[in-house]
Amino acid sequence: MALLQIAEPGQSSAPHQRRFAVGIDLGTTNSLVATVRSGVAETLPDASGNHLLPSVVRYQPDHDPVVGIEAKSSSVDDPLNTIVSIKRLMGRGIEDLKSLGNRLPYKFAETESSVPRIATSAGHVSAVEVSAEILKSLKDRSEQTLGDELVGAVITVPAYFDDAQRQATKDAARLANINVLRLLNEPTAAAVAYGLDSGQEGVIAVYDLGGGTFDISILRLNKGVFEVLSTGGDSALGGDDFDHAIAEWIIPQIGLNKTELEPSQARLLLREACKAKEALAENEQVELNIELNENHRWFGLLTRDQFQQLVDPLIKKTLLACRRAIRDAGVDQADIVDVVMVGGSTRTLRVRELVGDFFKQQPLVSIDPDKVVAIGAAIQANSLAGNDPDGEMLLLDVIPLSLGIEIMGGLTEKIIHRNTPIPVSRAQEFTTYKDGQTAMAVHVVQGERELISDCRSLARFELRGFPPQVAGSARIRVTFQVDADGLLSVSAREETSGVEAHVEVKPSYGLNDAEIEKMLRDSMDYAKDDMLARSLREQQVEADRVIVALDAAMAEDADEMLEADERDAILKARDILLQTKQTSNDVQEIKQAVQAVERASASYVAKRMNASVQKTMAGHKVEEFTVEDENK
Amino acid sequence: MALTITQSAAERVKAYLDNRGKGIGVRLGVKTSGCSGMAYVIEFVDEVNDAEDVLFEDNGVTIVVDKKSLVYIDGTAIDYGKEGLNEGFKFTNPNESDRCGCGESFTI
Repeated sequence: MALLQIAEPGQSSAPHQRRFAVGIDLGTTNSLVATVRSGVAETLPDASGNHLLPSVVRYQPDHDPVVGIEAKSSSVDDPLNTIVSIKRLMGRGIEDLKSLGNRLPYKFAETESSVPRIATSAGHVSAVEVSAEILKSLKDRSEQTLGDELVGAVITVPAYFDDAQRQATKDAARLANINVLRLLNEPTAAAVAYGLDSGQEGVIAVYDLGGGTFDISILRLNKGVFEVLSTGGDSALGGDDFDHAIAEWIIPQIGLNKTELEPSQARLLLREACKAKEALAENEQVELNIELNENHRWFGLLTRDQFQQLVDPLIKKTLLACRRAIRDAGVDQADIVDVVMVGGSTRTLRVRELVGDFFKQQPLVSIDPDKVVAIGAAIQANSLAGNDPDGEMLLLDVIPLSLGIEIMGGLTEKIIHRNTPIPVSRAQEFTTYKDGQTAMAVHVVQGERELISDCRSLARFELRGFPPQVAGSARIRVTFQVDADGLLSVSAREETSGVEAHVEVKPSYGLNDAEIEKMLRDSMDYAKDDMLARSLREQQVEADRVIVALDAAMAEDADEMLEADERDAILKARDILLQTKQTSNDVQEIKQAVQAVERASASYVAKRMNASVQKTMAGHKVEEFTVEDENK
Repeated sequence: MALTITQSAAERVKAYLDNRGKGIGVRLGVKTSGCSGMAYVIEFVDEVNDAEDVLFEDNGVTIVVDKKSLVYIDGTAIDYGKEGLNEGFKFTNPNESDRCGCGESFTI
């Protein structure tokens, strides 16, 4: 018969109506799936009792891909067809590979598209496809365990994942036939797992050192609602780097250098290094016995002291990021009431020690750091699937970089500022620059800098076909919307005619943390330059506008309204302005040239104004205008 | 007659109650729904209704049944079992005469 779980009072569901939902931690090194059963959130083991599914996929010709432990064991013998750490490639473009390439032993296929594809003996595969295999395996495991189909899953992503990386994760889920209830930031999931949502209000730091990524997130819990104040980290730093550090310490002692190693030997070394690291959590020292081949054998001892020397620089790097995140969040170190430890690498005692010293408190380690994110995701999935009667949990995340559009003069106008909690929708009105303009290009950018050229372009689209009007009178409302998963959609609407255009932003490749950090740093370093550049551009735009308007007017009626000398004076001032605008970098100089044109043309402008008023009023009585005025 | 719970099922219930942090036992019952007439219900108990509920003790666990359900499930033994990766509570009900293929609902 069916195997039942205990429900909350009054919450029993009818047979076949149960809504099974799981939380999935799709990790760089290992992935997990968890669910809530009989009120307990727990990770689900496979048939052999393993909770962790190594995020490793092996491709072989004429064979379904193999995922997990079996695939991992082939990584030494068949490194080119055994894909590890695929998360690092999610949402990344060919360009991004250059910064990662030296650590990845795969052959990348030459492709036309911007998405890199790995060449395996079973054909070319993309990061999304590899991740989908991992997700499929977890989905099968949960359906076998729960005895029914899933209604959906909450999948966690690093807080720093950008739109492209989040979208790639969603694509992988779709490929695995999983309904994504939502993507949840990993630190938020960890805080939920510790039940901090029902605990004391205050600031929480989540220190997540996984296999391949480091994330620090500063959350604030306020009235049961989490708000992510800031995030920081390094998407290319993790426990794997500890292994690399140990391996690189061993290599010269074996009498080799790094470039001579074959991929399989490198993997073997890394595996031994990882074992040694884990053993040091319990032992003061560990013996290493490594045999690469007959000529290269090594027997040695790794002590905790030696290990600390190797990894301390890496851990210190994480603490620097912590300091930055705290500053970004605008809180004091003393405000932090809890520090949550996440990720297998926080088992390393040295990490706990240094993190404890840094935050001046004992970090929370009671939930298995490998499982804590999946458990939090499961709790969230359970409540999103409607199984939790009082589960109205609101989780707020923030956008890492400001979003905006390009305005005249190559300047950025920020519409949503960075660190704004999502989901969010913001709108701003823009207008036309030239008379009779019937289209407007909307260029969506991401970044903190003032000039478009220093920001990252996300999308371009055009709003076309609104009625021609005098410059400045069209009202174009641009709306930015970021959904709960951090995906952006932008729409533009001309208010008088109702013409609309819309774009969903799926950037072709992502930014990594280092780039985001650089963009933030640059915006501080170049703040003054940016300010000057901005006012210069603004003045240049103003000069253009004056020239365009003047030319248009003169083409129309200069002959009938202007005396020759008056006309020459205006043209002279105009030419000076044009030249100043093109050659000068001095805001004041351009401003004066603009004013000179305005002075020279003042009487001409007045005459035109009178003529136009007369034209409008001709044939009308004064009373009519008063009535109209009252109506306004 | 009475309702019984096996040692292993009792351990599970106690663990779940501890984890939940409140609750005095488990409520067993039936609901008239499901593809074959009735469906079993197993829930945590926070409150007992003195007028309707009957209480049993077995293996250190309080089992609560409302009088209406008791007619259908008197004599039932609760066990905890595993089938492959799936695990959960099982009802062995002497009153049951037929059940749907999935075993989630039954008739008397």
